[in-house]
Amino acid sequence: MPSLKDLKNRIESVKSTRKITKAMQMVAAAKLRRAQEAAEAGRPYSERFESVMAGLAASMGSNADGPKLLVGSGSTNCHLLIVMTSERGLCGGFNSNIAKLAKIRAGELVSEGNTVKILTVGKKGRDSLNREFGKYFVGHVDLTSMKKANYAEAEKIAADVINRFDASEFDVATIYYSEFVNVISQTPTAKQIIPANFVGSSEETVYDYEPSEEEILKELLPRAVASQIFAALLENGASEQGARMSAMDNATRNAGDMIDKLIIKYNRSRQAVITNELIEIISGAEAL
Amino acid sequence: MVKMLQFDLVSPEKSLVSTQANEVNIPGSEGDFTAMSEHAPLITTLKPGFITIVTDEGSEQYFVTGGFAEVSAEGASILAEHAFSKEDMTRSLADELISEANERRDQNATDSSTKYSSDLETALSIIS
Repeated sequence: MPSLKDLKNRIESVKSTRKITKAMQMVAAAKLRRAQEAAEAGRPYSERFESVMAGLAASMGSNADGPKLLVGSGSTNCHLLIVMTSERGLCGGFNSNIAKLAKIRAGELVSEGNTVKILTVGKKGRDSLNREFGKYFVGHVDLTSMKKANYAEAEKIAADVINRFDASEFDVATIYYSEFVNVISQTPTAKQIIPANFVGSSEETVYDYEPSEEEILKELLPRAVASQIFAALLENGASEQGARMSAMDNATRNAGDMIDKLIIKYNRSRQAVITNELIEIISGAEAL
Repeated sequence: MVKMLQFDLVSPEKSLVSTQANEVNIPGSEGDFTAMSEHAPLITTLKPGFITIVTDEGSEQYFVTGGFAEVSAEGASILAEHAFSKEDMTRSLADELISEANERRDQNATDSSTKYSSDLETALSIIS
């Protein structure tokens, strides 16, 4: 039976925990709004880009001499998994869901006899993949300095990935990130970016291409990689805040429940102490 | 009544311009051209330069470092990685862009990087 003082301390400590989770929830809510706006602002670009690329890719057809970024390097033995997670924890299942998806896929690939390479973006994914798949790590991108998803960062990651591809370090690249559906639901998603796989409405219009289609493709494909990575960063940013917000909301509510229970317990034991004292006084008086 | 075209200028981070325009002058990589309503469908890459948007209210200029333009009969959209309004362009920003491009050229002198920095310099020479 904990003493009254112990209970009081417990209540105080849970109360301050609740204050912290409440504050984190509110911060996440504010950041979520900004991240959501950023994600929405970025959508026109990536959507437009993809539809143009889809049109271009379709008109190139299955031309085997096309750019490697589009048609692939000819084999699919070596896979690069780009696992994009956040730098901070306390956001519910956000990071572990992405890592889980990547782990399942990596496990499959390994058992099929493929080579797996993992590039982690964000500390949390690296931590959770480290134990099982640490030996496959080929690189890490630190996002600590990045307050907000910015395109320059995406370009840097893309340049790194493309350099590795040009050096024939891998054949297929897939990004793992979390798609933002709404505040309470984020879906971990895998998306293949190399060889490029554009799904878009088949364009009805026949475009003139200037310079040639090949030239445009050559110029645009590296940008498409950057654009897709940037879109994933944006989605991740919004998802992270959404996940954190609902996780912290839950934590706040749990802390509230816990405080209620502790207070009842505290009151009961206080009453017990009072009753005890009364009994002692009365029996003491009777003894006289 | 002149038919207008829907013009959009979007960067990865946000949509910069979305307006009805009479005509838009675009610095295509094969040469500048003006897009008006009913233009033949065209996709072209861009070279560094100024986009001039002419609307009923007047004209506006934006600087882009590259990207591509998609022109159709109904409208034109430009997807540019880095775009600045002309008012925001200052000599120091221009110099920064040029020195960045030169640095990249010096590190890795390919035809495209050399062309990029010289195009950039030409385009930005009008900024005072």
